[in-house]
Amino acid sequence: MKRIFSLILTAALAVSTLAACGQQSTSEGGTVATDGSTSMQKVIGALGEAFEQNNDGATFTYNPTGSGSGITAVSEGRCDIGLSSRSLKDDEKSAGLTETVLAYDGIAIIVNPENPIANLSLEEIAKIYTGEIANWSELGGNDAEIVLIGREAGSGTRDGFESITGTEDACRYRQELTSTGDVIATVSQNPDAIGYASLAALNDSVKAVSVDGVTVSEAAVKDGSYAVQRPFVLVTRTGEALSETAQKFYDFATSADAADIISAAGAVPAV
Amino acid sequence: MKKNQSGRVFEACVHGVFLLLGLITVGCVLLITMYLVISGIPAIRQIGLGSFLLGKVWASTTSEPKFGILPFILTSVYGTAGAIVLGVPVGFFTAVYLAKAAQPKVRAVMEGAVSLLAGIPSVVYGLVGMLILVPGIRRVFHVPDGSSLLAAILVLAVMILPSIVKVSMTALEAVPKEYEDASLALGATPVETWFRVSVPAARSGIAAAVVLGVGRAIGEAMAVMMVSGNVANMPSLFQSVRFLTTAVASEMSYAGVGLQRQALFSIALVLFLFIMLINAALNFFLKRSKEG
Repeated sequence: MKRIFSLILTAALAVSTLAACGQQSTSEGGTVATDGSTSMQKVIGALGEAFEQNNDGATFTYNPTGSGSGITAVSEGRCDIGLSSRSLKDDEKSAGLTETVLAYDGIAIIVNPENPIANLSLEEIAKIYTGEIANWSELGGNDAEIVLIGREAGSGTRDGFESITGTEDACRYRQELTSTGDVIATVSQNPDAIGYASLAALNDSVKAVSVDGVTVSEAAVKDGSYAVQRPFVLVTRTGEALSETAQKFYDFATSADAADIISAAGAVPAV
Repeated sequence: MKKNQSGRVFEACVHGVFLLLGLITVGCVLLITMYLVISGIPAIRQIGLGSFLLGKVWASTTSEPKFGILPFILTSVYGTAGAIVLGVPVGFFTAVYLAKAAQPKVRAVMEGAVSLLAGIPSVVYGLVGMLILVPGIRRVFHVPDGSSLLAAILVLAVMILPSIVKVSMTALEAVPKEYEDASLALGATPVETWFRVSVPAARSGIAAAVVLGVGRAIGEAMAVMMVSGNVANMPSLFQSVRFLTTAVASEMSYAGVGLQRQALFSIALVLFLFIMLINAALNFFLKRSKEG
């Protein structure tokens, strides 16, 4: 679906670029090129779409290559704004890059409402997902095998969860489902299941456990007290002015107007 | 004279239009085949045919990706075989009953139900399986999670019933009445007549029904994706498994441009070859049924 969406977007962009050639003199169109995190696809896609609608003739491109490639691309000047789903490292900052947090990606850890467990530490979550803790009784719960529900390889939520808990490629999933809705439905059906889902998709059919004693909420994600979260960052070159269109997009994306779009795309706006 | 000529031109035009429409179908098949072969071959060459088809580990996004699709192939084969083992007896006896023994009223109702079963979208099968069958398996067999090969087999067995029942019925009804009359006249009971005369006479058609069921089961993606758990394990009845179809479907939306995406096309190519084999078998049986 996302693939199709991005294909259509690309096609639309190609067409609009061609159209722009013909009427260059009349329209004030410009291009803003973004490159980076695949996890930000939903947020940045929605923002880009809204930006193009509000600014006639402006062209928005997004190249989903991954956070590392996006940071490299912006430092080499191959795009206007780099997209990263982690904070910049100190050496990246000293190399002349500036980060602006656009939004936060909060991931809720969910269990069945019948499960007595109400709190887990980040370390326990990692141990559960790598199979080191295999029974709920080891955590003071029922004597039942833990059923690990996760997302398919390539999913932004899976990537986020595994990178935050440090369990990349080590998770022993019992089920790999293709949507957040499926994860929630499955966890709500199985009293021994545990899963993870984007904060925005949570509903009452499952119970979100607190992590290190902090209950998941937009506020806790924003102030950083909830552990299973990561920032969505706009990366720019320090001290270098953006092109007029890129600056317009930057202002739009970090404005209060964009907050609704960001929440609708499943992230917590930073503003 | 003139009218006759314009009539002929009209005939030629219609002929041309029909030929064109027919060619669209042929063109689609050729296009898809060529596309699959062209986009499926590079990954197989890069990975190596042996380690692609016989590799036991599929980990497409790890830092050292592994692309072995043996788990998917075996799961598809076992899943289909299981569905056939459960679905064929039920479908076959239903067909015999409906074609030979049922009262007209009962037959009308049951035939309607079978047609309705064929019309239910596969996502609905998946949904019902996910919400009823999967928790049910968990309780009945006391396993931690019901999403498994067994759940997929049960869903597939129900899904292939309509094709088996309908095609077998058509074959049984095509058996000349004289055969059965002769058998009855010789003193055989009706049941003996059905199973000794009608069924052997219709065996090619029934075989075609089974092959059609195999084709339906191996090609199904949506319903099995919702009940099988989708983890690339080697198949085992109560384990979470991934089929050839779901291997393509579940990663396609995220796969980038690299080897992972190409490998998905290669899986599709393998699936396509399976379906071609099944189609060849189907044609073989149907031809025999016409001749015999």
